[in-house]
Amino acid sequence: MTAALEINQLQKSFGQVKALDGLDLVVRPGQVAGFLGPNGAGKSTTIRVLLGLLRADSGYVEVLGLHPWDDAVELHRRLAYVPGDVNLWPNLTGGEAIDLLCRLRGGADPARKAELLERFELDPTKKGRTYSKGNRQKVALVAALAANVELLVLDEPTSGLDPLMETVFQQCIAEAKAAGRSVLLSSHILAEVEKLCDTVTIIRSGRAVQAGTLAELRHLTRTTITATVDAAPGRLAALPGVHDLRLTDDVVTFDVDHDQLAPVVQALGALGVRSLNSAPPSLEQLFLRQYGDELVAEEVSA
Amino acid sequence: MRESLTATADLVRFALRRDRVKLPIWVGAIGLGMLYAVSVLPTVYKTPEERQVRARLMDSPSATMMSGPGYGLDDYTLGAMITNEMVLWLAVPAAMMSVFLVVRHTRAEEETGRAELIRSAVVGRHAAPVAALIVALIANAGIAVLTTLAMLSGDLAVTDSVAVGIGIGLTGLVFAGVATVTAQLTEHARAASSMAMAVVGGAFLLRAIGDAAEPGGSLVSWLSPLAWIQQMRPFVELRWWPMLLSVAVTGLTVGGAYALSGRRDVGAGLVPPRLGRADAAPSLSTPFALAFRQQRVALVGWSIGLFIFAVATGSLSGSVTEAAAESPEMTKIFAANGQEPTDGFFARMALFFALMIAAFAITSVLRLRSEERTGHAEAVLATAVSRRRWISSWLGFTTAASAFLLLVSGLGVGLGAVSGGSGAGVIGEVLLATIAYLPPVVVVIGLTAALFGLRPGVAVWAWLLIVYAFFFGMFGALLELPDVVADLSPFNHLTVMPLDRIEALPLILLAAIAAALLMIGRTTFERRDLDVP
Repeated sequence: MTAALEINQLQKSFGQVKALDGLDLVVRPGQVAGFLGPNGAGKSTTIRVLLGLLRADSGYVEVLGLHPWDDAVELHRRLAYVPGDVNLWPNLTGGEAIDLLCRLRGGADPARKAELLERFELDPTKKGRTYSKGNRQKVALVAALAANVELLVLDEPTSGLDPLMETVFQQCIAEAKAAGRSVLLSSHILAEVEKLCDTVTIIRSGRAVQAGTLAELRHLTRTTITATVDAAPGRLAALPGVHDLRLTDDVVTFDVDHDQLAPVVQALGALGVRSLNSAPPSLEQLFLRQYGDELVAEEVSA
Repeated sequence: MRESLTATADLVRFALRRDRVKLPIWVGAIGLGMLYAVSVLPTVYKTPEERQVRARLMDSPSATMMSGPGYGLDDYTLGAMITNEMVLWLAVPAAMMSVFLVVRHTRAEEETGRAELIRSAVVGRHAAPVAALIVALIANAGIAVLTTLAMLSGDLAVTDSVAVGIGIGLTGLVFAGVATVTAQLTEHARAASSMAMAVVGGAFLLRAIGDAAEPGGSLVSWLSPLAWIQQMRPFVELRWWPMLLSVAVTGLTVGGAYALSGRRDVGAGLVPPRLGRADAAPSLSTPFALAFRQQRVALVGWSIGLFIFAVATGSLSGSVTEAAAESPEMTKIFAANGQEPTDGFFARMALFFALMIAAFAITSVLRLRSEERTGHAEAVLATAVSRRRWISSWLGFTTAASAFLLLVSGLGVGLGAVSGGSGAGVIGEVLLATIAYLPPVVVVIGLTAALFGLRPGVAVWAWLLIVYAFFFGMFGALLELPDVVADLSPFNHLTVMPLDRIEALPLILLAAIAAALLMIGRTTFERRDLDVP
């Protein structure tokens, strides 16, 4: 088996609306894959096709070597899913919902459930309708993480969680990875993806616009440099690959394209550098660049 | 005070806009109910003699429990008949409408968090509940006007007609007041409407017991707001003052709700929610168990309600048979197929309960739809549960529950008949006659399932079949319609009493149709996209 999950040229329309338009996505076994995109980009639709809840119009989809529509039951025994908007049965307690979902998947582990309940500080005796959004999310997370499965499919799993619980969640994902599980994590919390994921796919309007490891993606974009210099840095701005140069007293800040880094650093050295700070591009910048293009395109078309 | 009502008028307009379909249906249906009674009763009971036969039928405790205290039985005019027999069945829907309306616009709004959004705008503290009450006032006024007009269309006395119309509207308002109180007590809309509906049920029971205890009603009757319209004695010796009780209770409940609302936060209730078990019972491990768990309370409620109702109607069998012997129209209803009137009566009752149970079956199958819309189905279908197993579990549960309810109803009618003087053998006969209606009930389950599979949005249209079957099943014999029209109802193909009239062929055909529809529902659901939230 080469991939835990592979999607090729996936198309899905709802009536006139094209939700997915030739999407590609790969998750390698044992890796944590980030799935990023703005609201309405098609993340949840993709995940529901992966689960066999929606049927693909065309394209190739394989999850754990199985076809999600035809082999749904066999596949679901081997994966666990956390929906983006968790809605619990109002008259079942959280504990009952967790047990039910685990048993329907084919196996429950009471010790693992107890441990997770404690770590997520969740009271399992409350009725489903009395939980807050964050606590509903925790119920779904405990039900998924308690399962001994090969693949976790998580649709914005931390929405509604407080920062403390986000940390607990991140530990759990790290443990899952150490145990050899593969994870597909859809999110728009970039810091989370940056911390957890081996690879990232950015999708927009139903299509993958960037995909690769974080290192590969960073290569595509710019480094931010902040330096204190003796001489006036005016000529830097004229160099190819330098963007957004700003000067405050003797501190200069600018972004530089990766392939132009060497000549720019040489030129900077000639100015007499007293302090230097270079920051790799954050995922946020990657994301904003993709998203920013879209905003520009919208303005042009408007 | 003035400030706390800021924006009330806007909220009233907003609520009317949101309920622009619901309320006209409720109000119109109640008005039509009255119009129906006013136009059909005179055709069934043409002469004073026939009406007196009816009056004698009403003069028994069990009949009183289902109708009214029995004013005017000595001279049973159309007006007296309507007040005694129809008004209760129009006041109860008005009460239900008012309960749902008030809870929908108060507690349900708070529970979903929409109230927070509204209250954070320039809206007074009491604007929302006051707006809900004003909307309830408008709707109940509509009911009062329509029912009055319906009675006037039958040339009934103007003053008494107005009294009945206002009486029905005021009864609705009393329960609107009750619902504003229950909406303060609990955090959850369903619990708030259940509590208020329990008060409606309690009022129904108190009136039934009180009126059955003494002709004209006893002290116990006066404890029930549902008794007060009939105590106005319209068309017999009209008196207005019982109406003041309705006004007073509405005022008291609204005042009480006002006092309670000052003691709680937005979104909170006065009764704290209870905790449950931390682990699921071992049995809760299949989709069937989940379906049962979801419907458990409803099933218990239906069983108890149907059983009580069945015993009450069963005990009427003796007096109905007597009455039928004297009225040609009654004979026409109860002995349509050349049956003995007693057999005709039991067959009618079996049909009636089968239709009620088919209504239960539709609500149960439609839960599939709400499970799908809320995302519960998504959570279950993302586990190792196939779509076939999931939908089959729900449909299987619904079929089993319907069979159980048919059994309970048949047993109830039989026991009631025995208490009314029939021989013990009748229990087994009535039981079998009622259970014979399982195939048409499963046809209804199958139709709802097929609609759900093909186009989930249209599944609710299955209700039309029940309305159709009810109308032609209950009144078809009177309307003298062509057979083809009535035969469209799956309930119209059985003659269940006496038992040797039951034919195998219709049962087999109905079962085959039911199986085909269930199959269509299952396969179409397996093939379509899940309708996710």
